[in-house]
Amino acid sequence: MDYITWRSIYTVIVFVLFIGIALWAFSRKRKKQFDEAAKSIFEEDELSSTKQDNTKQESKNNE
Amino acid sequence: MSQISPQQIEYNLKVVRQFTIATVIWGLIGMALGTWIAAQLVWPELNFDIPWLTYSRLRPLHTNSVIFAFGTSALMGTSFYIVQKTCRTKLFSDKLAAFVFWSWQTVIVLAVITLPLGFTSSKEYAELEWPIDILIALSWIAYLIVFFGTLVKRRTSHIYVANWFYGSFIIVVAILHIVNSMSVPVSFTKSYSIYAGAIDAMVQWWYGHNAVGFLLTAGFLGMMYYFVPKQAERPVYSYRLSVVHFWALIGLYIWAGPHHLHYTALPDWTQSLGMVMSVILFVPSWGGMINGIMTLSGAWYKLKTDPILRFLIVSLSFYGMSTFEGPMMSIKSVNAISHYTDWTIGHVHSGALGWVAMITIGAMYYLIPRLWGQTQMHNVRWINIHFWLHTIGVVLYIVALWISGVMQGLMWRAVNAEDGTLTYSFVESVQASYPFWFIRFVGGLFIVAGMLLMIWNMYRTISAGKPTRETIDAAPREAATQSA
Repeated sequence: MDYITWRSIYTVIVFVLFIGIALWAFSRKRKKQFDEAAKSIFEEDELSSTKQDNTKQESKNNE
Repeated sequence: MSQISPQQIEYNLKVVRQFTIATVIWGLIGMALGTWIAAQLVWPELNFDIPWLTYSRLRPLHTNSVIFAFGTSALMGTSFYIVQKTCRTKLFSDKLAAFVFWSWQTVIVLAVITLPLGFTSSKEYAELEWPIDILIALSWIAYLIVFFGTLVKRRTSHIYVANWFYGSFIIVVAILHIVNSMSVPVSFTKSYSIYAGAIDAMVQWWYGHNAVGFLLTAGFLGMMYYFVPKQAERPVYSYRLSVVHFWALIGLYIWAGPHHLHYTALPDWTQSLGMVMSVILFVPSWGGMINGIMTLSGAWYKLKTDPILRFLIVSLSFYGMSTFEGPMMSIKSVNAISHYTDWTIGHVHSGALGWVAMITIGAMYYLIPRLWGQTQMHNVRWINIHFWLHTIGVVLYIVALWISGVMQGLMWRAVNAEDGTLTYSFVESVQASYPFWFIRFVGGLFIVAGMLLMIWNMYRTISAGKPTRETIDAAPREAATQSA
């Protein structure tokens, strides 16, 4: 296969792949998963705990 | 529960803090350098007749310090923050992350030393000589390992979209840098590109435009996809659009480079290909912009009270503006007027100061209090003042250069009808540009004033707080299902 033929086929493959990605992304089945993914960055605050000073926390616990 | 139990993982926020401080300081230095060389164009005496301080040597130092010191420090810091938060795990390796920080800062310090001394490979945005190029490659590969290592050990099933943008930026910049910096050293401080002629030019602008496309766009879109929803407290407008525009953006950008070489020795078909790809690029670019701005839909009132959100959303409107302007300028007949004029520089700065700097400044104002155990910046009103200083500065800058750019383009192509000779000499177009260069300098002063205010605000916030220690339970999936 010469270079030009290969590049033409490659272009078509990329084009078809892109259409595939678009259909996959907008398929109804994926909607719930994507909505969850979009909201996932808001869960991290509930899961994590922040402290700025360890000793202060400790003295609070001792009370 | 105050002690970190074995079931808890502590995020590495130290490296994020280091990059945050570096970002703000390099931002001030890079923008101040830009203002200085803008002043040199109006008052050439400002090089004080010292070769190290001439425009030709300070200009690459300005571009390197804003792109690689300010912009890339911001990307490295925010990517380390976001990848830990969204993957709910700590960094792949703390030692390697520390290496990324210190080696990258070393690269920048070496740039500050070598560029004024006149050591340059003469490739735009890749001026640094080969020993520094090797250090960049090592630093970048370490960055790649830390980022993707963290993705691999993530404790979530899905990889949040911001990480896709950061990941593509990290991989592509590694490839671009290594391919474009291939050179034959003739001494410790001098090397020559292994490519020749039009191929060298094409490799250079394949690198150059994808530094714009992946470093200054994809990377900062990653930043946008995390900080805009977080600050707006709403999920992104359309997650599915983010997936589609990601693949479209990275698929197209890689082809856009030839538009820097219209009407040169580059083959005509390559120029046309570059033009077509650049024009189509408008679509995914606006997909990203709409996705970011529409995240605020139904909550526009937040812009009234939240100056950080103003920075983030206005940055997106500048992104939309410059990604409309860019495809237009890549059309060959438009490029015939705009190329080599101030229009190009105005376009770059509407992207760099409007989009990149504003999204970064917004992200930094979001991060600084959270990294030092505060609820907000020392003075929120100052953020608002900074916003207006910056916005006025950018508008003065780009409007001035639009006018001078179009004027230069028209003057250079004007011919006398009788004999076809040029109407204007080059120096006449320089003279006509002076008032606009002065306005550009004033715009720069506004921007630097804003950065000074930011540094002072950051200093007060940090000195009032203490480094944050943040941990996450080691069983987040169970925790998530319980709360759901």
